[in-house]
Order: sequence, then structure tokens, then C-alpha cells
Amino acid sequence: MSVTATTTPDPQAATALLRVEDLTVELGHGAAARRVLKGVSFDIPRGSTLALVGESGSGKTTLARTLVGVYRPSSGRILVDDAPLRTSRGRAGAGTVQMIPQDPYSSFDPRRTVAQSLAEALDPVRARVKPVRTRIAELLGQVSLDPDAMDRYPHEFSGGQRQRLAIARALAPGPRFVIADEITSALDLTTQAEILNLLADLRRRLSLTMLFISHDLAVVRHVSDTVAVLLHGDLVEFGPTAATFAAPNHPYTAQLLASVPGDPRFRLDDGPATA
Amino acid sequence: MATEPTARRWHRNPSLLSGAVILGLLVLVALVAPLLLSGSAETLTDDTRLGAGAGHLLGTDAFGRDVLARALVATRLTLLMAAAATAVSFVVGVAIGALVHLAPGWLRETCLRLIDSAVAFPSLVLALVIAAVLGPGMGSAIVAIAVAGVPGFARLTANLAATVADKDYVLTARLLGVPGLRILGRHVLPNISGPLLVLLSSSFTLSLLDISSLSFVGLGVQSPQYDWGRLLNEALPSIFAQPSLVIAPSIMLIVTGVGAMLLGDGVASLVDPRTRGAALAPAKAGPAGPAAPAQDDTARAPQASDGAAAGTEQDGLLTVDGLTVRAGDRTLVDDVSFTIGAGQIVGLVGESGSGKSTIAMAVAGLLPEGVRANASRLALGDLDLLGTPPERRLATEIGIVYQDPIGTFNPALRLGTQLTEVARVHLGTSRRQAAKDMVRALADIHVTEPDRRLRQHPHELSGGMLQRASIASAMTTNPRLLIADEPTTALDVTVQAEVLRQFRRINREHGTAMLFISHDIGVVGVLCDTVLVLHGGRVVDRTTGADLRRGTVTHPYTRALLAATPAAVEAGGTLSAVRWTADAHAAQPSGAPSDDLSDKAADRPPAAERSR
Repeated sequence: MSVTATTTPDPQAATALLRVEDLTVELGHGAAARRVLKGVSFDIPRGSTLALVGESGSGKTTLARTLVGVYRPSSGRILVDDAPLRTSRGRAGAGTVQMIPQDPYSSFDPRRTVAQSLAEALDPVRARVKPVRTRIAELLGQVSLDPDAMDRYPHEFSGGQRQRLAIARALAPGPRFVIADEITSALDLTTQAEILNLLADLRRRLSLTMLFISHDLAVVRHVSDTVAVLLHGDLVEFGPTAATFAAPNHPYTAQLLASVPGDPRFRLDDGPATA
Repeated sequence: MATEPTARRWHRNPSLLSGAVILGLLVLVALVAPLLLSGSAETLTDDTRLGAGAGHLLGTDAFGRDVLARALVATRLTLLMAAAATAVSFVVGVAIGALVHLAPGWLRETCLRLIDSAVAFPSLVLALVIAAVLGPGMGSAIVAIAVAGVPGFARLTANLAATVADKDYVLTARLLGVPGLRILGRHVLPNISGPLLVLLSSSFTLSLLDISSLSFVGLGVQSPQYDWGRLLNEALPSIFAQPSLVIAPSIMLIVTGVGAMLLGDGVASLVDPRTRGAALAPAKAGPAGPAAPAQDDTARAPQASDGAAAGTEQDGLLTVDGLTVRAGDRTLVDDVSFTIGAGQIVGLVGESGSGKSTIAMAVAGLLPEGVRANASRLALGDLDLLGTPPERRLATEIGIVYQDPIGTFNPALRLGTQLTEVARVHLGTSRRQAAKDMVRALADIHVTEPDRRLRQHPHELSGGMLQRASIASAMTTNPRLLIADEPTTALDVTVQAEVLRQFRRINREHGTAMLFISHDIGVVGVLCDTVLVLHGGRVVDRTTGADLRRGTVTHPYTRALLAATPAAVEAGGTLSAVRWTADAHAAQPSGAPSDDLSDKAADRPPAAERSR
């Protein structure tokens, strides 16, 4: 196990919306099986945001996909409101967890209008647009998009606008928590700032419970209450965002922080540091 | 685009138009010919075996029936049979191919392998076997051809559906609780309908030929009924005596096939909302559209004030003066001037579509086909880069590091061969010496186990190691200028820091001048001496790395960029998301985010953003 157990005394255990206990996930079969997550434990209190940071191969996307039921854990438990997360899909599943995918270009069916895509989020079986047009307009307003966007096709939107649409769609079924998987990594700086501000605003207004996955420490500082760092499938850091950024517990977190150009700890003229 | 007049859509889609006309005529013939011509096609007369003439355009057959009339009347039966067979194979095949994806893993794999082996079996042979078992006749011919066509549709549907099933929108639909069958009908089938329609049309053509073949060998339509295959069968004995008997059904077969193909292609591009408005899309590409005139004075201003500064650097290593790059009538880079002195690192920073990579490629002489660069001066020392500079000097004096380290290398070749290529080809170094030099260069740049790396293939190295290797390779000739195009964008942040350190070390130790392109204002801030901020193909600000680091920049756009950078803004503070446009910049700095402003500019075509 990792440092988690020692660094989180869990004062808010009673209000934890999502609790992950000793989660282990193996991908592949037989000789090709790899252990991607190694006994990860954390919890997210209701109405707060946990940022999960890690570099490529650290297992953060695997964790997201396990939480939404794409992969099955080989051991460990996922609890939502102290009840095991139902891997069953359908309406109950949709109301529990929703994911905002990373790539704004493949997350919308190119042949369906925005209204059709959002109607599907509101009514998965029939997906009829007419009865829910006002609700769709509301959802679009929530992410600062014009209601007449609803009759257009995804290819008519820029990456940032599509990411707004993806957020609107994820919020439509009123999920108990939302997973945002690297949602700004494909965006330009200004667009990223817009999306981050939008998320900050939505967190305040809707008191969202969110798992925000990112490789970029500088980004998560702006959207999270708690931060967790994954390294090769181990959770090596877990703590309140501000305190962790000021004084990281694990040397890897310190190295991550010092690697952000623009951070005061960043040095170009150091000797060889990493392998 | 949805409201685009139907007539214009058809006009732009010539294959749809011609296919529809051909098939429309054939359907008309199929409807009308049996009513008008069955008399002359089926009545036995004494005018047997006439040649082509006024009364009978293609002559008559052995029983005195008009050849042309028979070919036209046979259209109805032939088309009906081919259509029925194709429809059955389409429905059954697509259903099998789509439903197989709902099955559990092992069953799916088994079904897919079965489909694969069925595809491998020649369909005409299968049809012959089925027709022979069922006995000759029209019905058995249709069944035979329909069954023979199923595996093709099933296989294509299964393959296409597999690629769509991986897409994020299918995963999202599953998370939203959409039932499996609905996902197939709503997301999977519509998105694979293009290739399926093309297959439908080519399959119709094949069914047509196969059914005609069955009739031709006597297993299909039996006398007194006749289709084109039957007509060919009857014409065969006298093919030398009276070739005109063969011509009519043959021409009908070919025309029908071509018509079906054209129609399939046309329909495929019509149903896709992305290609439906294809002719409109390129017209609005590039941010250098309507805002361009307004930008003029703001872009000139920094350049004019910079004229003096540029004058003092007249002996710069790289001189770019008035560089303009055009693709067709779009201006990608507009009147950009800068110099890089020896040992200097100049950064180009800007968002996607700002033209930063285009400038780098223009300097390196690597602009793609159809993109043309003009400049009053573009030179590296005494080497004029505008004309056609000697290849050897270009290859040895400019080193290039690209964004994607994995795409830079040929996956089939060992790294040693690729890394030492420049040295061997352009410097004439021996293979052994080049390898030795490369091992030293790799060790210098902190690549672990450099000896072994040269014998490895690219996929065996991590992205960071590969990027270091490509830097080492770019440095083999000790170039005067190193162009790095987003060299750390694809790397993890800790690896990025290490690679940036290597750029700094090379600059210090070799005095190599660098043109460093990045979208990351933090990265150019720490590495570069001088930074050019680009927007819409123009230089909007010239500043220094130190000013960027300290945040002491004055230009509103640069300040807006800094204010949008998460690392440069205090936690909890609001990031500035104001979009800067030339006409708006006078009104704002870092003001309240106005929705009008940001929405208008955010309507940039996605193509611009995707080009990153």
C-alpha cells in the first residue's frame, strides 16, 4: 500500500460520497496481464473535487474507466454513499456517475445534432428532442452556450465549445459525481482558461462532486480541493491542494512541481535530475 | 448547411446525379418496356435472324423476335432479382455483423472467425452449389445469390462497427444508460452507413452479374421467362454468326453496374453531414479573415519600433525580413520579420493557427505542396533560404526537432541507422565512426545505455528518450541553427523539464542558435532570450523570456496569455479567458470576460484548433 493510509485520517468519512478501498486493477490476460492500479484508496467528500495527477502510464485513465464500469477491479471496493457502486448500466448507473471524455473531437456522434445528443442524455431510450427542448436550452445556458447551438452538428463547433457541450451532456442526467478525464489537454491556453473557469463556476453553483484527472499540476491547482498523485499505479500523495502544493510529502510530487515551467522551483541549469 | 438548397447539393455531387439518372432510366425501362414491347419481344415471326436494320435496330433472333425489345423487356426481371437478392443479403448481413458486437467475448470471437472463413469462400461457387442443391429456377437463384452475399456485409459491418464502438461517444452513450440495441441503431449504424452504402451498390452490381451468370449456365431463369443472363445463354450458340444478339444484354449489364456504383458513391457523400457542406468549409479556414485589415496598424506598430532594434542586429545569423506565407488565397503568415543572433534562442509563441509552425517550416524549406513563402530576405548567414539552397548545406546547417518523437522515426528501422544518416550521407562519415559519434552524443544528452539504443527499434524507447535521440541526431552536424517545433508538447512534465535542460546545455556548450516554437508561454519564458508573440499569422508583441517570467509584459495580448496560464496565476484566482482580437484590444485589458467577445472569436473553425 501507499502513504494514503498514514496521511489521511479521514475526518469527513461520514460525508464521503465516493470511497475507493484498496482498488487493484489488472489489464490483459495470462502472461500479458499487467497490474495497472496497485491497491489505491481514497475518498471524495460530497461537494468537493479531487484532482488525480499522474504522468502517462500512471494508471489515471484506467482508474476513471474502472469507476464508470468499463474495467472490472480484480480486488478492492468502490462505494458510493456506502453502497457498492452498481456496475449495471441503464438509468440508475447514469444517475450515479458521468464522465467528460478527453477528446472533444470524438466524444460526439458526428451525425447527430447537439439537441439529439443532449436529448439522449435526458432520455436514453427514446432520445426524442421535442419534449425536452427547453431543458436542453437550460443545459446549454448553464455552460454559456447559445440555445440556437442545439440544431447544429458537432463539427460546426470549436474544441472549447465542444468541451462545453460535453460538460452539459455529462450534467444532464443529474449524476451524483462527475469524472473529468484530461478535459483541457487538447485545448489552447485561452480555451483551457475558459473551461477551467466554467468548471470552477459550476462547482460553486451546483456543488458538484468531481474527480478531475490531469497530467498538469498547474491546472489542478485551480479546480481541486484535494489532490492525489499516482505514480506507476501507486497513490503516493494525497492531501489538501493548497498544503500539498506548498509542501509536498512525496519526493515525486516535489519533482512534478519543480518541473512546471513558470513555477518558482523550476530550474533549467540544474544538473542531471531524472532518468 | 442543412438548409442548403437541394438543387445545389445535387449539382455538387456529379456521381450522385449521373448514377441517379442512369438507374432512373433503367427503372423507367423496367416499368414501361414490358407493357409496350412484349409483343415484339415475345411473338414468334418468320423474320428470323435478321441483321440490324430499320425495323429491328439490332436484328432478330432465331425465332424472329426483336433482340433490342427482348433486352429491354428483360430489364424488369433482372433488376427485380438482383435487387431482391441484394436486399436480403444486406439485411441479414448487417444484422449479423452488428449484433455480434452485443454478444459476450468468446461468442463474438467465434462468430467473427466464422464470418471470416465464409468470406474466404468464393461467393459464386457457393451460389452455384446452393442453386444446384435447390434445383434450377428463379427462386433458387435469388436465394443462392442472397446467401452468398451475406458474409461480405456481415464482415464489413462487424469491422466498421468495431472501430466505431471504440469511440468516446459510444462509451458516453453506454454511461448514459442507452440500451445496446439502441446504441447500434442510433450511433453505430449511421456512422458506418457510408461504406455500407458503397458496398450495397457494388454488391448490387455483383448480384446482378452472379444472377446473370447462374441464368447463363442454365441454373437461373428458365424458358419461357428470360433475363439478361438467359438472353446471353440463348445467344451463345450463334455468337459468331450473329454477334448482335450478345451485344444488347451485355451493354445493359454494364450500364446498370456503372449506374449502381455511381449512385452508391454519391449517396455515401450525401448522407455524411461532414462532407455535405464540404465545399463551404475551407472558405472560412484561418483566422486571418475579416479581422485582417484592422490588425494592420497594431501589427505594424511593434515592427516599426523594432526596426531600430533589428538594425543593430544586422549581422544576425538568421535573418527573416517580411516573410509572408500563403496557401491559395489564405495568408498563413503575414509580413513577419526577426533575426536570430549567434548563440541566441528566439521563441515563437502563440495559440493554434497563429502561424508559428509555418514560420519554422518556411525557414527550414519544408513547406508543404501548395504553400508558398515570400520574403524580402530569408537567409542563414550567407545561405539564401529563399531560392533552392544546396541540399547539403541545408541539411548540415539547420537541425530540426519535431513535436512527435514517435512519428519522427521509421518504426521498421533500427535507431542507429536513422540517427547516423545525416552524418553518413552528408558528411561522408564512415558507418563505424558515425555510430561512435552518436553513442557519445547520446551519452551527452543523458540517454541511458547509448550503445544498446542504437541497436533498438523506436518502439522500445520511451517518448522522452526518443526526443533526446532526435535532438542528438539534429546536433550531429553541429548545425548553426536548431529549429525545435513544439519539441516538448508530447512529453510528460518531468521529462519536458529534462529535455528543456538539454536544449539549454546545447545552447551554452555549442553556442547553437535556436528557433524554439511552443504554445506554452511558461516554456518559452524559461528557455528563450527573445520571444515573439504571434496571433493570426502576425507578430503582435516582441518581448524577452525574462519579462515573461517576471510577468512584466506590456502588450495586452501577451498579458492576456499570461493571465490564462494556470501556473502563472495564484490558486483560486480567476483565469483570464478574454480573447484578444485586434479590433477589440483597445477596449480591454484583463477586463471582465465578455461573452460576446469570447463567443465570437471562439467560433473559429475547428480545423484551426485541430492542426496542433
